[in-house]
Amino acid sequence: MIIHLYLNDKELKQEIADDMLLLDFLRDNQCYSVKGGCETSNCGLCTVLVEDKPVLSCSTLAARVDGKHVVTLEGLQEEASELGAFLADQGADQCGFCSPGLVISILAMKKELDHPSDEEIKEYLAGNLCRCTGYMSQLRGIKQYFSECRFHSPSQSEGSTEK
Amino acid sequence: MANINKIVKVNSLTEAYELNQKRSNVVLGGFMWLKMGNRSFQNAIDLSKLGLDQIEETGDAFSIGCMCTLRDLELHAGLNQAFKGGIREAVHHIIGVQFRNGATVGGSIYGRYGFSDVLTCFMALNTTVELYKAGIMPLTEFAELKYDNDILLRIHIKKDQRRLSYQSQRLSKTDFPLITVAVSKKDDCFYIAVGARPAKARLLVKPGCTLNKNSLEEDIIDFSNWAADQFNYGSNMRGSEDYRRHLAAVYIKRGIKELL
Repeated sequence: MIIHLYLNDKELKQEIADDMLLLDFLRDNQCYSVKGGCETSNCGLCTVLVEDKPVLSCSTLAARVDGKHVVTLEGLQEEASELGAFLADQGADQCGFCSPGLVISILAMKKELDHPSDEEIKEYLAGNLCRCTGYMSQLRGIKQYFSECRFHSPSQSEGSTEK
Repeated sequence: MANINKIVKVNSLTEAYELNQKRSNVVLGGFMWLKMGNRSFQNAIDLSKLGLDQIEETGDAFSIGCMCTLRDLELHAGLNQAFKGGIREAVHHIIGVQFRNGATVGGSIYGRYGFSDVLTCFMALNTTVELYKAGIMPLTEFAELKYDNDILLRIHIKKDQRRLSYQSQRLSKTDFPLITVAVSKKDDCFYIAVGARPAKARLLVKPGCTLNKNSLEEDIIDFSNWAADQFNYGSNMRGSEDYRRHLAAVYIKRGIKELL
């Protein structure tokens, strides 16, 4: 079948096998940040945004993103490097394998939640497994990122308090 | 992984139903569980274009389209208000946000899985399912049916003033549950659903209960133990039969106390 989508804001039309997974489709299109880690829909490594919502690309059929906007870390370089610096400051980036999925989820959380508590952060990110850090350094980095971001970009925080 | 030769994005329910009469075809939910199997399918029937991804609230009921995601349930203000967050409590432990953005309510209910939090939760409410051919039937009846070639369209939950308490236990966060317990109460009637026994959820209805706010702790415990004993339990890698029976009694007790 032919699918027509927007990958990182670039229009794309491609012939695919009907049962191709979005994960494989993205890697075939040079989005190597997207990785399959568990094969049981569990680890969150393969997380990408489809219409702004975080989904598991390992469990999404590429056929189902026809007509939609898909964003991977490759399309979020600026945001990712800003967030990455906060994580690195806390030593939260160890082997780095889980980082792309985690970063996508944090950016999605930032759009959805306003002033999340520690519990809300943990719950939102429960689907992103990390086998190095023990999560504490990540939590510190995320909290710093949220407070600094609000400080630096007032327009964004005003926007998110409107709802 | 499952193999699919062709995905058919159907334009009508008639088309979906006709395709689904062949054993080699399958209806797609979120593809989370189906993916895990090794079956090969000739046609996968995709209902995405049929507008079944809405939760509609009327004066006396909720109608949940089969293509709604678990995340839709979790975030729906009306559902959460009507059942005091009980439905959110049932789904928010399921893996992660990105999983719940994919898994569908129809897939969870049609699958009638033993591990299903959604099935357990909905069973303790006044829930019916709407099937394309068979029409509307109670969820408890649907849960006992063998898999057939009908198509689940919607799940209806009546707002009948039932209050709901949901509890589950997992060995580790985001894992499958090893017990799921939903308790609801309307007037003097308790509805108690227990799932992940590890068999699929079943419902116990107990009218004429005299328990109230001033009841003695031991009377509540006696009733909870009795209720837990009305279900059968089994052992697997997540827990033994005895452990599950014990947990069920504890969670039934906590549910009841919350609702008194």
